Amino acid sequence: MTYIAKPKFQHPGIKKNALGYSHRDYEGKISTLCAGCGHDSITASIIEACFELSIEPHRVAKISGIGCSSKTPDYFLGNSHGFNTVHGRMPSVLTGANLANRELIYLGVSGDGDSASIGFGQFAHAIRRGVNMTYIVENNGVYGLTKGQFSATADRGSKSKKGVTNTDNPIDLVGIALQLGATYVARSFSGDKKQLVPIIEGAIRHKGAAFIDVISPCIAFNNHAGSTKSFDYVREHNDAVNRLDVLTGRDPIEIDQDPGTVQIVEQHDGSRLALRKLDADYDPHDRLGAMTFLQKHAAQGQIVTGLLYVDPEADDLHSHLNTVERPLNRLEAADLCPGQSVLDRINASLR
Amino acid sequence: MRATDISAPDYFHKVVDCQWACPAHTPVPEYIRLIAEGRYSDAYMINWKSNVFPGILGRTCDRPCEPACRRGRVEESPVAICRLKRVAADFKDDVSQRMPRPGPRNGWRIALVGGGPASLTVARDLAPLGYHCTVFDGDAKPGGMVRSQIPKFRLPDSVIDEETGYVLSLGVEFKAGHRIDSLKKLLAENYDAVFIGSGAPRGRELNIPGRKEATGNIHLGIDWLSSVSFGHTDKIGKRVIVLGGGNTAMDCCRTARRLGGEDVKVIVRSGFEEMKASPWEKEDALHEDIPILNYLVPVAFNHDNGKLTGVTFQKVKPEYDADGQRSLVPSGEPDETYPCDDVLVAVGQENAFPWIEADCGVDFDKRHMPKVDPTTFASTNPKVFFGGDAAFGPKNIIWAVAQGHEAALSIHRLLSGEDITERPLPEVHVSSQKMGIHEWSYDNDISAEKRFKVPHRDKVVALKDIRTEVELGYDVKLALGEAHRCLNCDVQTVFSNTLCIECDACADICPMDCITFTENGEEADLRSRLKAPSVHPDQDLYVSSDLKTGRVMVKDEDVCLHCGLCAERCPTGAWDMQKYFIETTHAGNACPSKRRSAA
Repeated sequence: MTYIAKPKFQHPGIKKNALGYSHRDYEGKISTLCAGCGHDSITASIIEACFELSIEPHRVAKISGIGCSSKTPDYFLGNSHGFNTVHGRMPSVLTGANLANRELIYLGVSGDGDSASIGFGQFAHAIRRGVNMTYIVENNGVYGLTKGQFSATADRGSKSKKGVTNTDNPIDLVGIALQLGATYVARSFSGDKKQLVPIIEGAIRHKGAAFIDVISPCIAFNNHAGSTKSFDYVREHNDAVNRLDVLTGRDPIEIDQDPGTVQIVEQHDGSRLALRKLDADYDPHDRLGAMTFLQKHAAQGQIVTGLLYVDPEADDLHSHLNTVERPLNRLEAADLCPGQSVLDRINASLR
Repeated sequence: MRATDISAPDYFHKVVDCQWACPAHTPVPEYIRLIAEGRYSDAYMINWKSNVFPGILGRTCDRPCEPACRRGRVEESPVAICRLKRVAADFKDDVSQRMPRPGPRNGWRIALVGGGPASLTVARDLAPLGYHCTVFDGDAKPGGMVRSQIPKFRLPDSVIDEETGYVLSLGVEFKAGHRIDSLKKLLAENYDAVFIGSGAPRGRELNIPGRKEATGNIHLGIDWLSSVSFGHTDKIGKRVIVLGGGNTAMDCCRTARRLGGEDVKVIVRSGFEEMKASPWEKEDALHEDIPILNYLVPVAFNHDNGKLTGVTFQKVKPEYDADGQRSLVPSGEPDETYPCDDVLVAVGQENAFPWIEADCGVDFDKRHMPKVDPTTFASTNPKVFFGGDAAFGPKNIIWAVAQGHEAALSIHRLLSGEDITERPLPEVHVSSQKMGIHEWSYDNDISAEKRFKVPHRDKVVALKDIRTEVELGYDVKLALGEAHRCLNCDVQTVFSNTLCIECDACADICPMDCITFTENGEEADLRSRLKAPSVHPDQDLYVSSDLKTGRVMVKDEDVCLHCGLCAERCPTGAWDMQKYFIETTHAGNACPSKRRSAA
């Protein structure tokens, strides 16, 4: 870890967003993760996405569990709400918080241990319920904090740093999320911010359960030859199906390539996703097709990245439950208790 | 862009903006770190080696380093480099034992004309090598304009005595009161080389009506200052007008305030901003209740039978042509007259070489300046060299020192039988600053402090005595605070493309967004694609060779804080913080050219 605080000086020509903030205003404390950790790049991508979307930091709740990944909310959005929960319990706490106050932007940050092992059930149910959130898994395939044992997402056949081969089958969180009905599903790579940042932006603007699996090499324990989650391996096997641009407001759509290959997806809140297709046959609106495509390519050893599925008409847990528009935590006794006369009337009707 | 060649000494030298801007290329960050460590004598010696007069320059330098200082691009004000130099001089221990000894005589004899900073620098460089140096000066003590023209309230005699003393005690012969009036005669004495550092000793005249008649109350600035310095003049009228906007004018007005001038004004042709005087000198004058009036061109001295009564000025205004060139044109308003008792004319200095005969082999150009090679400082007579104000007209002390070094090197090479046009490369020491995973042998925690003000003596006390120094200098605590503001620009970010795994950690942590990983391109194109906009295109881009993904690392050197976070967050050591200590070649440390060319 670094001992000095990051200097407060900023580049004199630094870009400001609509709120007058620079991306530095979305930072948190200095990272205590190992130098070069993929998670730090994801942190930088979240910072960039929130800066680009001109999000007010106080309107964000960042919730995480336990692990290297779950430490990262300390390193971004220093002025946002945060909850560092028990191991694997981020989805439940996030669901509860979301039910209590639907007005905040919910950012769930988890890792492969936190979501695919101890919190696997929690992950499944939050997705299944369609909680309006951005659920990011910082996926490195190992337990970094306990010195690099294989996690549940480690590929069968991949080698540990000590040379042991993994014999268990991996859990593909993207596949599960698709199966459980997530309405915005993406996979990306910490080493490719150009792809990752717009995917996070799209997820934040998405209404419903948005799930992003980010392959994030563990520099200390999983970046060697034989690993399937190393920088080199992911770069060699990355099969990006599309590239995304998130358009907010009335920005004109600038298309710098063959228009036939660009697909515009309009989301609930009016934001538009410009999807530049890299794989002409890939249809991000076809859930079943996506699942098949993923399985096929995984079998060939390829890592499919991009926005894999999006349902622009999605809704969320609050619409399923038909809750009131006002956040539940702001309902007063007068709103919740109809009063004696109403009770009397009900009682009378039952006599 | 092609990958940056960091083995070229100039590349990283340019990153050390202050050192690059300093004519003598003083290793500024190195001595500032030593000051922070309390090693004042070491800091002094680094300065002494490079600029010969740290105590003098620490009070009077024109500070070309400070406008260049990177800190000035990061926040409001640069590091107070000049006044930190004075700290080294003020707090050092006795350094006499650290001074070089006169070398065993090599038999060569060098004559130096004028005892100012240029000549003394040449003598300082050559005497330890065994040259017999003889300095000729018309005054009783060495120092030249440093002693005669800089008022004592800015630079006490004791400092001049000490620092000229270090040079003379190298076995340099000083011929006091010995003004050279014929170069021909001097050459006839068969010196092996002659260095002319006689300055620009003549004040420019202002020939307007009334000049001759009222001459008793009209004084040429530099002559008047010398006369005050040597105690020949000790008073002036109550109402004084100083004409001119340079540093000499500032010295004149402040001196006049101390000799009885109660209503002292500076009146200048140009606007306030364009005045030649350094901003801090103008500030000091204003602080002593001296108004500066601008856009007034003197047209006549008014007098009453030879007794000066005032000066009449035409009012002008600036006009800019299509190229942005300014000219001053009459504003059409009526002329203004300011009454006064005395006028000090400080409208410029000129060179004068009446003592150089036409048949000495020294050619002059149309402006009556000697033809001097700007690199070797040789004149058209291969044995005669020029330096300081005598070479290229009035400049500051630090330029005289820098030129003195170059001339000394030329003389040394000439007499060693080497080609003087070949200039040996500077000596560069490179050393990694890494001590541990997150420890560096320099202080990389960036101070957020604003520039500290140098304490001044109370104005009432300061104005009473012309020999009382106004600036008190930083105390140890202030010096430490100011030293911490230095960004250690000589501790370079050195990148290795073969070690880089493109994890982005450096680009993510960099507080100034200096680092970009992107596809290569032409410079203008690359500059348009940086993570943060390129604000100063004169600042270099550090471009790596191709990385694994085919991209390159591009670092905009402009506002790098040299905090080392890129190197701390790099998992593979692709970034390292390495100190580049660059020492320009002096006559003493130059390698013989044969060995250099073989290398």
